[in-house]
Amino acid sequence: MKSRAMQDRWDVIRHVVGGNPVNLIAFVLFALICLAALLGPVLAPQDPLATNAAFALQPPSTQFWFGTDQLGRDIFSRVLVATRLDLLIAFGAVGLSCLLGSLIGAMIGYWGGFWDGATSRVVDVLMAFPLFVLAMATVAALGNTVANVIYATAVINLPFYIRLARAEVRVRRGLGYVEAARVGGSGDWRILIRFLLPNIASPLVIQASVNLGWAVLNAAGLSFLGLGVRPPTPEWGIMVAEGARFIASGEWWVAAFPGFALMVTVFTFNLTGDALRDILDPRMRT
Amino acid sequence: MTAPLLSVQNLTVDFTTRSGMVHVLEDVSFDIGAGEIIGIIGESGSGKSVTAYTVMGILDHAARIRSGRIAFEGTDVLQMDRRSRDNWRGKEASIIFQNPRTALNPIRAVGDQIADVIARHTPARASEVRGRAVAALKQVRIPDPERRMAAFPFELSGGLCQRIGIAIALACAPKLLIADEPTTGLDVTTQAVIMDLIRALASERGMSVALITHDLALAAEYCDRIVIMHAGHVVETAKTEDIIARPRHPYTARLLRSVPSLVDRIDELQAIEGSLPDLRREDLPPCRFAERCDRRLPTCDAGKFEAALVGPGHTVACRNPL
Amino acid sequence: MTRIALRLLSAIPTLFGVVIVTFLLTRVLPGDPAVFFASNPSMSTDDIAALREQLGLDKSLIEQFWIYLVALFQGDLGNSLTTGQTVMTEIINRLPASAELTVFAFLLAIGVSLPLGLAAALRPGSLIDHLSRLISTLGVSMPTFVTGLLLIYVFYFLLGVAPEPIGRMDPFLFDPPKVTGMLTVDALIAGDMEVFRAAFTQMILPAVTMALFALAPLTRMTRAAMLGTLGSEFVRTARASGLSRRKIIFTYAFRNALLPVVTTMGMTFSYMLGANVLVERVFSWPGIGAFAMDSIINLDYAPLQGFMLVMAAIFILVNLTTDIVVTIIDPRASK
Ligand SMILES: Nc1ncnc2c1ncn2[C@@H]1O[C@H](COP(=O)(O)OP(=O)(O)OP(=O)(O)O)[C@@H](O)[C@H]1O
Ligand code: SF4
Ligand SMILES: [Mg+2]
Repeated sequence: MKSRAMQDRWDVIRHVVGGNPVNLIAFVLFALICLAALLGPVLAPQDPLATNAAFALQPPSTQFWFGTDQLGRDIFSRVLVATRLDLLIAFGAVGLSCLLGSLIGAMIGYWGGFWDGATSRVVDVLMAFPLFVLAMATVAALGNTVANVIYATAVINLPFYIRLARAEVRVRRGLGYVEAARVGGSGDWRILIRFLLPNIASPLVIQASVNLGWAVLNAAGLSFLGLGVRPPTPEWGIMVAEGARFIASGEWWVAAFPGFALMVTVFTFNLTGDALRDILDPRMRT
Repeated sequence: MTAPLLSVQNLTVDFTTRSGMVHVLEDVSFDIGAGEIIGIIGESGSGKSVTAYTVMGILDHAARIRSGRIAFEGTDVLQMDRRSRDNWRGKEASIIFQNPRTALNPIRAVGDQIADVIARHTPARASEVRGRAVAALKQVRIPDPERRMAAFPFELSGGLCQRIGIAIALACAPKLLIADEPTTGLDVTTQAVIMDLIRALASERGMSVALITHDLALAAEYCDRIVIMHAGHVVETAKTEDIIARPRHPYTARLLRSVPSLVDRIDELQAIEGSLPDLRREDLPPCRFAERCDRRLPTCDAGKFEAALVGPGHTVACRNPL
Repeated sequence: MTRIALRLLSAIPTLFGVVIVTFLLTRVLPGDPAVFFASNPSMSTDDIAALREQLGLDKSLIEQFWIYLVALFQGDLGNSLTTGQTVMTEIINRLPASAELTVFAFLLAIGVSLPLGLAAALRPGSLIDHLSRLISTLGVSMPTFVTGLLLIYVFYFLLGVAPEPIGRMDPFLFDPPKVTGMLTVDALIAGDMEVFRAAFTQMILPAVTMALFALAPLTRMTRAAMLGTLGSEFVRTARASGLSRRKIIFTYAFRNALLPVVTTMGMTFSYMLGANVLVERVFSWPGIGAFAMDSIINLDYAPLQGFMLVMAAIFILVNLTTDIVVTIIDPRASK
């Protein structure tokens, strides 16, 4: 029975990846980006922090693939090294909000009652802010650090996971296998952790993968505004902000390459998110 | 016999899907005479709806009409240009559907939905359209039609929604009404009321009706003639009493034995065994019932064969009929 | 009507929650503004104490909240420490700039995405369908600030067709007499076409930037909703009745598809409010987003508070409008 289901899943994966070249490209890009995050500092041809006034604002060349910035730093190396930090923020924030959100959501969905009402109210209030603005204010309030960018991004993601987990648990609460477990003498916590959470994992993972690109955008937006990450740390949002000064005078490469890296990453995350949804969620499959 | 109102000849329809070509209809032929009520019977998936949709020209994009003729008063509707076809449907021929509530536009007042059809097909002035819409409602015996004009589908019961569906279909007095399982979604009493209404309206207007259903008992009660379909083939056609009394196709016989009110003794009642063949197969046997048939002969697999006349107005597509 | 009134009432607890959150957030700001200003050597300890008292920072949190609430009811959002103006004045001065930009961008996005999604749904698999999918995938992947910079580079630096991205108005022209605060509207009221043109061209690039951002969800939803209604049973009925293509597409399919699209419009608009901050930064647009950024940098919390409140209020208002529009389109909603 099990192997049958596994076989089906494999077929779907083959179908999704093989049937659509876009999905294949997405997965390949995804692997490359993760590789860059892991090995970035090793692969970078130059020290991302080393300044060299003699080579300031050089256009792309064979020596500096992406050109240099106003301090003569190699943009290619900076973009490459920045991958790790940007991904760390995104994965950190999404992981945090997914874990916390699904736990809270599952709990209030399972028990209902006062806490359910109270939490739902709080979620409503959080959702009443434009989320980016909320993130801005959160970083401003907590202080200008990378960790706080992660928390802020996690906070604005939290409502989605809470709502999702709550809804999914509420649907399953009365189902046969939960009843069976209860009759079998399992306690509430055991039911929640052993039976319900694994069963709602799929929609949560889908939500997380779709969220990832958005989290990258969000974090980069914050640092573009000067919130969170500080120079000279290589980070895509900051690099775009620094390059913005030179756009109107034609030195496009300073802002363009980190911006492009950002775009490709978000694009890849969105595509893999969609592909993952095709694989995990049979309902959405067309 | 006078020329039939509608004559479907050798209709073959495929669907292209991701998992391959589905051979849904093959050489489907049947006639509907003027003023006649015929029943199209077959288990789920046998192609009844696809046949109806092909006649009405409302198949979805995946469908390909490979061959065939659909002659309405002698004209092949498949050859009509889009304009004439649009003028034809809703005016000369109409259809009502299985799920009356979802078949109606949920956010448009039912009166407007009827008026849309009237305005489309008749040169009536705007002021007259409303009056005619009210009349259409009255015709399907809807109480207080003036007030119902402004109602929305969600405010009406399933039975009332089906009456609205009928009112829309009959608003321009078509010569043919196709009723695709019009009562499946309704409770038993409402079913009878709706069927009686359809029969009454048909005889008032001399309108032909094609009643699609898998309920043989229902068809036996209301239809003059019955067309039995199986897996995209028409397997038997005959007058209702002939079908009931002397079924010639093994599938028809099986169908009859599965209907409680049509068997003489309860222990004769039996379910139809097996299921429809997978219509995606390229090696479908010439008789698509063969794999479920207990009268199968070697000749059954020996090439294609046509339906043959076995009695007055009684045709059977079988190499070894009962 | 009663439904709308009820909906209005139901927004009140949320609004109250919003007030609490903004209050708390801004009180957690690490810099005690008094200390911040104390770094100014001309200030004595007494001055600081006086300032703290003036700001009410010496009272308990509950007291502070109560004072804040009372002031709020009198329309008093406090004073900006950096500009010395009341926050209310600042916001009233700057809101029109943001509103003008956002609304124009929003209309632009709707004007493009609805026809695009519609056309895509009518011809699945066609070139226009692929285009719409490309736009909706690319659109969600493009950071607004990168799009903005790209547009500046191409249209200002390379092609020279766009004005310099420095705010709302050509520095050599005078603002039109102030009526609404929206320059294009005021110029039209004054009948000054030159000023209108100047203000309008100034707005094009930032508006396009924002519109590109909003295009993705709107196109995606329009396409999906249209595909849904076009395949629905009531459209099948309409087709079987021989209704004209126009009638089927617009009166039957599109009007129904509009329901989820309107909801998405509301969401998109509020996303745009957030994106505003970034776009205003890129184009030096003197709106409330830029204002909020300034106050964050200066640890000036009253304006930040005011900004968050205004944003949330607009947001709630947008949701309300969405609801009302849905009620108008969908008779089922008013039940
Ligand atoms: N859009 C489609 N794409 C692919 N196959 C289709 C499509 N529509 C119908 N079919 C296939 O055509 C066959 C006949 O379908 P049809 O709806 O005509 O059956 P039916 O006799 O009306 O059954 P029911 O009693 O369930 O309404 C089925 O096997 C179905 O799978
Ligand atoms: S043709 Fe042969 S297989 Fe088919 S129904 Fe008749 S006897 Fe059975
Ligand atoms: Mg059917």
